[in-house]
Amino acid sequence: MLPAGIRWPDISFRWLALLAAVTIGVLIALVGWELYQGSRMAIGQFGPRFLVSSTWNPVTDQYGAWPFIYGTLVSSAIALIIAVPLGVATALYLTELAPMRIRQPVIMVVEMLAAVPSVIFGLWGIFVLIPWLRDHLFVWLKTTLGFLPLFQGPIYGVSMLAGGIVVAIMILPIITSVSREILRSVPNLQREAAYALGATHWEVMRIAVLSYAKRGLFGASVLGLGRALGETMAVTMVIGNRPEVSASLFAPGYTLASVIANEFTEATTDLYLSSLFELGLVLLAVTILVNVIAQLMLRSLAGSGTGKIN
Amino acid sequence: MKKLLIAACIGLFASVASAQMLINGAGATFPQPIYTKWFDQYSKIDTSVRFNYQGIGSGGGQKQILAETVDFGASDGPMSDENISKAPRTLWHIPTVAGAVVVSYNLPGNPALKLDGPTLANIYLGKVTKWNDAAIASQNSGVNLPDQDIVVVHRSDGSGTSYIFTDYLSNVSSDWKAKVGKNTSVNWPAGLGGKGNAGVTGQIKQSPGAIGYVELAYAKQNSLPYADMKNSSGVYITPSIDSVVEALATATIPEDFRFSMVNAPGEKAYPIAGATWILVYQQQKDATKGKKLVEFLKWAYVDGEKMAASLDYAPLPASVQERVLKRIAQITY
Amino acid sequence: MTTPNQFQPSARQHAWRKFVSGAMAGLMLVCAAVVMAPIFLVLYFLIREGATSLDWAFFTQLPKPSGELGGGMANAIVGTFVLLTMAASIGVPVGVMGGIYLAEYGSERANSWIRFMADVLNGVPSIVWGMVVWALLVVPFKTFSAYAGGVALGLMMIPLVMRTTEEVLILVPQGYREAGLALGIARWKIITVIVVKTALKGIITGILIATARVAGETAPLLFTALGNNFWSHRLSEPISALPLLIYSYAVSPYDDWHRQAWAGALVLMAFILSLNILVRLLSRDRKFT
Repeated sequence: MLPAGIRWPDISFRWLALLAAVTIGVLIALVGWELYQGSRMAIGQFGPRFLVSSTWNPVTDQYGAWPFIYGTLVSSAIALIIAVPLGVATALYLTELAPMRIRQPVIMVVEMLAAVPSVIFGLWGIFVLIPWLRDHLFVWLKTTLGFLPLFQGPIYGVSMLAGGIVVAIMILPIITSVSREILRSVPNLQREAAYALGATHWEVMRIAVLSYAKRGLFGASVLGLGRALGETMAVTMVIGNRPEVSASLFAPGYTLASVIANEFTEATTDLYLSSLFELGLVLLAVTILVNVIAQLMLRSLAGSGTGKIN
Repeated sequence: MKKLLIAACIGLFASVASAQMLINGAGATFPQPIYTKWFDQYSKIDTSVRFNYQGIGSGGGQKQILAETVDFGASDGPMSDENISKAPRTLWHIPTVAGAVVVSYNLPGNPALKLDGPTLANIYLGKVTKWNDAAIASQNSGVNLPDQDIVVVHRSDGSGTSYIFTDYLSNVSSDWKAKVGKNTSVNWPAGLGGKGNAGVTGQIKQSPGAIGYVELAYAKQNSLPYADMKNSSGVYITPSIDSVVEALATATIPEDFRFSMVNAPGEKAYPIAGATWILVYQQQKDATKGKKLVEFLKWAYVDGEKMAASLDYAPLPASVQERVLKRIAQITY
Repeated sequence: MTTPNQFQPSARQHAWRKFVSGAMAGLMLVCAAVVMAPIFLVLYFLIREGATSLDWAFFTQLPKPSGELGGGMANAIVGTFVLLTMAASIGVPVGVMGGIYLAEYGSERANSWIRFMADVLNGVPSIVWGMVVWALLVVPFKTFSAYAGGVALGLMMIPLVMRTTEEVLILVPQGYREAGLALGIARWKIITVIVVKTALKGIITGILIATARVAGETAPLLFTALGNNFWSHRLSEPISALPLLIYSYAVSPYDDWHRQAWAGALVLMAFILSLNILVRLLSRDRKFT
């Protein structure tokens, strides 16, 4: 429906706005196209084998993405395992338990964490976090849970686990704040009904709030996963950077983003560079996939309260 | 989209003209300290020009000069024939300084160690895994070597340091040459990676039984212990600027200056050393910039080389300097 | 545990439930504390390692060549501001107009696509932006430049600004628009004069958040702005930036450079945090949240 008396400024304004919105699509296409252009040589050379091959040998010009895909998935999984319970619990605390006057300061502190640049996390990770992990947490894990293959082998400090922990810290703010939004959207009626049945605080949260918000919280986690996959600088500085598939979380690993960051400047052959571009393309594809899932999970919840005129 | 962006840029920000010229270079991180020192000094000698150098990596230096996005490139390893053939015009390697890579370790009491090339290669191949292995013990009689696992540490990022190190291992071990080879980053058969000199040093310091390689300047600054290496004449040599100069003096340097100086034949030559190069086009595109660049390079060879030692780099010997100066004089603009 | 009685919960069972509830509340408090801990640890070490190196020279001098003590990051600090200004001049108009389209014009279906793509763009690793802009602007012009760096950061800002603008615009009550329409005001005027003005604080907040986010980016600048040891006189020349200098100093072998890297990190963090505090102040009395 068009409002009466349309004039050219209206039309041009609308087109300008549309143009700006469409820029997003153009940018996605541009990034995808540039990455594809860059990786054509590697795609032609290795084909689909690239994704499953574990060889990464710049000397013989043989490249395979599997160790990086594996490292990206494992470090992101560790990050989620740590960050989701912490983030959701913090969100629950903030919406259900915390006294009103401390809610805002806590939210502010959590948001400050989101503001720390990746390179600063890396600096801190190397000089502060890693030594502590190596001398305390990892030693403790090895003595108590050492019977699991996950916690065996020598402790170096830099490791898949350290990478996962740093990513966990970096995705905590988004998981916490999205979870908080979702918990806040749970109707109070839910809580009141449960209280009326004589439920305790925790039972209200478990039965009325969490089960109601399950889907949304899952969506929040997937959104966190989307962020975790692309983390670059900080991970690069703590994960150990070794293209190897190892069962132990104490072993060094490597991720798609960090191999690009580490080796993009040193790639001397065209095929080497092209393979790095293809890793970028794989990363973009995985990011898109994860975001699709997150959107699908969150979309059903988002009550679209748009303020449109039409 | 490309055009749109370009148009937007030109339209949005009109350039402000300025009298001072800026000549840009990018590449290897290994010589960055001395290059920045040179450019700082030179900015006082010729105030009409500024040289901007950024350490983005040797591969980056090669790529950028090929794409002509910088006025000069810099690399720790010589360019391959394949890459040179991609250059739009004749591209020259101008060697500037050389440096040593030292083998550092973390053992109880940090005794002075001696190592030879094949043993080092076998450690990095994962064949020698204990510190008290006969291969190490036989070279270090009198040193109490512990029955401890060797924790092998290498660079995780591509680097000129790794290039020099793997160039050396390929030179002394046919096994290494066949299985791994030389490059700025290789498929390491053993050990774990540290990012940058700092990462490797951190790993060595924190892991008892560790062995790793770093640049001489770095080892000195951080007081790390480092091993004497057996050179091609069978003598154990302590890494130092003098022993690198010795290696430079006896290395064979071809006409195009793309040379390797690992395992140089000199009796006092330290074997794990390498040079670093500035990459320039023989025919400069911009006449004024080209002229300034040549003037600078001449200055660097006459005066700049004298600063090398204070930053733990080895200057080029006089014979090489002469040859390089002749080459610089042939740059046209 | 006691045998459960469906109809008459025993006192013991009740106590147990109370205990579980209390324990879970305690656990949540602990979780919240753990979530808050890292920022304090990061700030503590930044101040401990960096504060002693902040002096007048740090803010006024050019970087010294390695091996020489002293010098500062003056050109990098200015460079960061120049780059952010350029980034904003790309990211803000496009982002705000896009947000206006989403909130005021777009169909539900188109919007969900655009939102989705904006989220994907947010997830693109920053180094990829560097690669793309290098291919688009650096190679064709045969020079690294402040332009290229500004464009890389500006493109990263677009999706962020767009999403936050949309979010605040849809909070503007529908009645405002209807009132405008009833008065016969042109729609573009309603949007710019009434809707955007009402939500202005929120939009500015979004811009500041986006600026704060790209201010700390290193990877997209590596191949675009490149860095400069001296002052930049033209935007068509390479330019220095704080994150670039922090990165290159952090991986150098010199203690004095490590010291300056911490100091630079502290300055960068202080700048980003002050942007965030500004955001707090702005959104404290925001009307529609």
